[in-house]
Order: sequence, then structure tokens, then C-alpha cells
Amino acid sequence: MLPRRYAYRIIAILVLLLFAVFFFGPVIWLLLAPTKTDSQIINETPLAFGSFATFGHSFHEVTAYEGDLVLTWLKNSAIYSFGGTALAVLAAIPAGYGLALTHFIGRRALLGITLVVMIVPATALVLPLFLEANTVHLVGTVWSLILPFGFFPFGVYLAYIYFSTTIPKDLLGAARIDGAGEWGVFRRIALPLATPIVALVGFFSFVANWNNYYLPFVMTYDNSQYPLQVGLPILLGNSPSINPVAATGGQAVILRPELAMATVIAIAPVLIVFLFAQRTLVAGMLAGSTKE
Amino acid sequence: MTDTVVTVTPGEHASARRGRRTRGRQERPPAGASRSAGYFFVAIYVALLACLGVAPTVYAISLALRTTSGLGVANFVDSYHLPQFIPAFKHVLLFEAIWLVSQSVLVVTLALIVHNQARRVSATFRFIYYLPGAMAGAASVVIWLFMFTPTTSPFAFILHGLHYTLLANTVAPGNLPVLFAIMAFWTGAGGWIVVMHGALNNVPTELIEAAEIDGSNVLQTALRIKLPLIRKWVVYMLVLSFAAGTQLFVEPQILGIATGGEVPPQWSPNQLAYYLAFDLDRFNEAAAISVDLLVLGLLVAVLIVWRGKLFRVE
Repeated sequence: MLPRRYAYRIIAILVLLLFAVFFFGPVIWLLLAPTKTDSQIINETPLAFGSFATFGHSFHEVTAYEGDLVLTWLKNSAIYSFGGTALAVLAAIPAGYGLALTHFIGRRALLGITLVVMIVPATALVLPLFLEANTVHLVGTVWSLILPFGFFPFGVYLAYIYFSTTIPKDLLGAARIDGAGEWGVFRRIALPLATPIVALVGFFSFVANWNNYYLPFVMTYDNSQYPLQVGLPILLGNSPSINPVAATGGQAVILRPELAMATVIAIAPVLIVFLFAQRTLVAGMLAGSTKE
Repeated sequence: MTDTVVTVTPGEHASARRGRRTRGRQERPPAGASRSAGYFFVAIYVALLACLGVAPTVYAISLALRTTSGLGVANFVDSYHLPQFIPAFKHVLLFEAIWLVSQSVLVVTLALIVHNQARRVSATFRFIYYLPGAMAGAASVVIWLFMFTPTTSPFAFILHGLHYTLLANTVAPGNLPVLFAIMAFWTGAGGWIVVMHGALNNVPTELIEAAEIDGSNVLQTALRIKLPLIRKWVVYMLVLSFAAGTQLFVEPQILGIATGGEVPPQWSPNQLAYYLAFDLDRFNEAAAISVDLLVLGLLVAVLIVWRGKLFRVE
């Protein structure tokens, strides 16, 4: 019986390692690629390390592209994502509290609608949103992105679950008897407890906004307005190593190391949040949820 | 694609159970609470919901129904008769079939194996699998572009084994659904593995111990005891992934840019809608396709919320 048990264990570990290579291999490749020159990327072993000097050179080439255009895209990404996240948190936290701990006509209907809208993929509304933004002349402004990013029903549902599992209704009743108004109850009891849920809603909203491609692709129409996600494919299309007919026009040339570098810049903020907040977020998620 | 939606679901599991227990109880206002306060708290959200959820939907429907001769379904019929309409939906359905089947099998298998490991080992693998979720969107497509290119890919030995020497070989039209399935799996599977792991944590240990005492081996325990208990989550993953998959846009779009048109710009329904609206100025037909996709998404959502009993509504 024993050898068979070992066989299971070994096969299990091998399967896990195989998929670890699949999931992690591309990440490693991406982080190593900017350390190499274009010809090194093609000719050397894919997972070889080049040099820090080349890494610096790739970074310089990317940031020098069309007069720090990539940094403008990075700034745009930050404005759209943080703006949307701030609005999402501002709307979701009180709404979750209201749905969980206050009573009003239409509360259950609102909860039902929230669930439905939460599941419908956000992409489905992009074209209709564009048409709407077009009629109110918002296309090409930051609001055409920040407002839709701020509409985050998933965050409302998260806040709703959080407040209904962490704050007993009796506690609020006691505060009301003590003479606190509705706003006072929210500010003195709910808000001090809200830090984990603000972090959670903020995290999910930020990642979704940062990685969104379709909405900004439709809503922005000028090079200087694009976020990085929309800019990245433009670099790709203008790279002679991907697209041989791309004109270089005497500017900084985007080859494979620079493309990889731009991709690293594009994913860095989310990756950093992932790496540092992972444990807290997962713990918060499970703690807030498995409680009966 | 769906990572933001999925990661919290283990919690909803517990909540759903609680919801079922209290169902039927009458809603009553908390002592001393005023009714108008609730409206105040939800005000910003309701305003956003009205302007950015309801209004665009209504607007899209009205545009789709507006024709030169009044209201009607002509835009739906016209869009259906476009030469790219049926192929676009066929592409996406084929992609979905490949993606959903392989994702279900692999996510369940990996979650079961990961769950059997020691805590630290399990946490490490879950983190590695979850990490690509940070790279969704355009970045993941650029990464995979390099992975699909035989001269740059660390997986080149596989590509060479298939006799591919150029990116153009890999992105041949017949391969596209598989390639998009690989990308979607890469960015999304880890989140689902975390969810399944959470669901497996809710399987009572006594049940598993009892089975082991009865002589059940690892495989039998996994298939006969754990799998039936997380089946609901597999269905949830399938339905939600299906809804997200119908919206495919960024992957074919960028692959089209990178390959100089190997992937037609009307490959998926969303791309076709975009093409109609922005390249041909046929907004009404584009709206019709958007409504088709929206109805598909709404049907799935209503199905989950009202039939799936996964979410807490009270």
C-alpha cells in the first residue's frame, strides 16, 4: 500500500510543478527580457539573464519614446484608475452599509439589481456607454472613464456582506437610543470598522480599472489621453521587430526588450499591490466571509 | 477576465447558507432607525447605477430598435445577415467550448491536489497560480505574443514540435480559439483555484476521515466526496466564465495588430460591433449586437441569482 501512496504524492507534485512553470514561466521571461538586447532575446536561451546596463538602456528607450509619451500614458492610467477607485469606494461603502443595516422601501430590489449588474460583464456596456457619453459630450474627458469605473456593483455587494457580518444590528440600536443620529451612527460605529473593506473594494476596483482596455480604447481618441493598456498595443504596432513595415522615423526604436520593458511598467503597479497585499487581502477575504 | 468577480465567492458560500436559513422571515426596521437615512447612504451608488447601468442599457435598446421607418427589429435582422455575424459567434463559441472544458477539468484537478498539500506548499502554489491575474488585459496579450513566437518563447520546444517556425504559424486561423483559451486560462484559472480551495475548506474533515477509515484512497476521496461537494462552484465558474467569454475583445484585437491582420478585426462579436460603430458609422446595428450580448449576459446573471442560490439577498 505504501509505495502506491508515494506514487500519488510524486505525481501530484509533478503536476503542480508543471503548472507552476506554465503560470510562472511567462512572468520570469518578461522580467528577464529587458535585461537583454534584441538579438540576445532571439539567439540566447529564453530564460538567460543579460545585464543591468541593458535593463537601464531598455528603460531609457521606452521613456524616451516620442518625448516621454509612455510616462504620459502611465500618468493617465494612474489618474483614471485612482479617480475611478476613489469614486467606487465613496459610493460602495455607504451603499453597502445602507443595504446591510438600514431599512427603506426598495432595499431588496436594489440588492437584486446589484447582483444582476455585478454578473453582467462590464464589457457588455462599453458601446452603449460610449453612445451615452457622446450625447452628453463627455468622450475624451477623464469623466468618461472615472464615472464608469466608479460604478462598481461588486464593491457594493462586498461592502454589504462585510457590514452585515461584522456589525450587529443591536449595536446600532444601542447607539440610536443613546441619541446618535443616522450619520453619527455610521461615522462613529461603521467607519472605524471599515478599513478592511475599504482596502478590499479599493484593491479590486483598482486592478479592474488599471487592466481595463476596451473602455478607454473606445472613450479616448488622442495619443496623449491613452492609458498604458491602450498605449501598449500602439508600441507593438510601431515596433519594427513585430511589424516589419513600421516606420521608425528617427525616434527611439521600440524593439523586443523595450516592448517587454513597457509591459513590465504596465503591470508593475498591480503586481506590487499583489505582492505586498496578497496575504492581508486573502486573510481579510476569508475572515470576513467564512464567519457564520 | 473574471478575476475580480470570482475571488470573493468562498464567502458568498457561507452567506448563501445563512441566507437560506433565514429565508421567510419578515424584514423589519431596526429600532429607532429612520427610513430616509437608507436613501441617503445609497444615494451616490443609485445615481451611478441609474446613469451608468440603466441609462446606457435603455439607450442601446432604443438605438437598436430605431429604424428608418420607425421602431422595429430591422437592425437585429440586418446585423444577423452580415457576412461576419455568424462566423464571429461561431469563433467565440468554439473558444468558449475549448476554454470552459479545459478550465473546469484543470482548475478542479489542481484545486484538489493543492488542497491535499501541507499549508505552506499549498499557499505557495496558490500564489504562483494566482499571480498572472495581475496581468490581465493588453499586457497579458503582449506577453503571450512572445510565448507564441518560436524564436523568443521559453516554450519553443513545444512550438518546434508542432513544426512552427514563425509567429504566423502559431496564429493560424484554426489555432486562434485554442490560443485565446490558453491566455484566458493563464490569467483567470488561479483566481478560481483560490475559490475552489476555499470551497474545499468547507468540506467537513470528519467526512473525509470517515471515508479514509473505510479504505478510500486519495483519488476515490477526491472524486466521490470532495467533487460532489464543490460541484455547485464548478457550475458557477462555468456560467460566469461563459458570460465573460462572450465579450472577447482585447485578445483578438491586439493579436490582429501584432500580426498585421492575420486575425480579422471582426473576429469576435464585440469586435464586429466596434467595427460597425466606428469604421462604418452604423451605430444602430452596432447597438443591436451590443443588445444581443447584453441579453446573453443578463440571462446568465438572472439564472445565477435566482436559480443558483449562491448569493445572499437577505
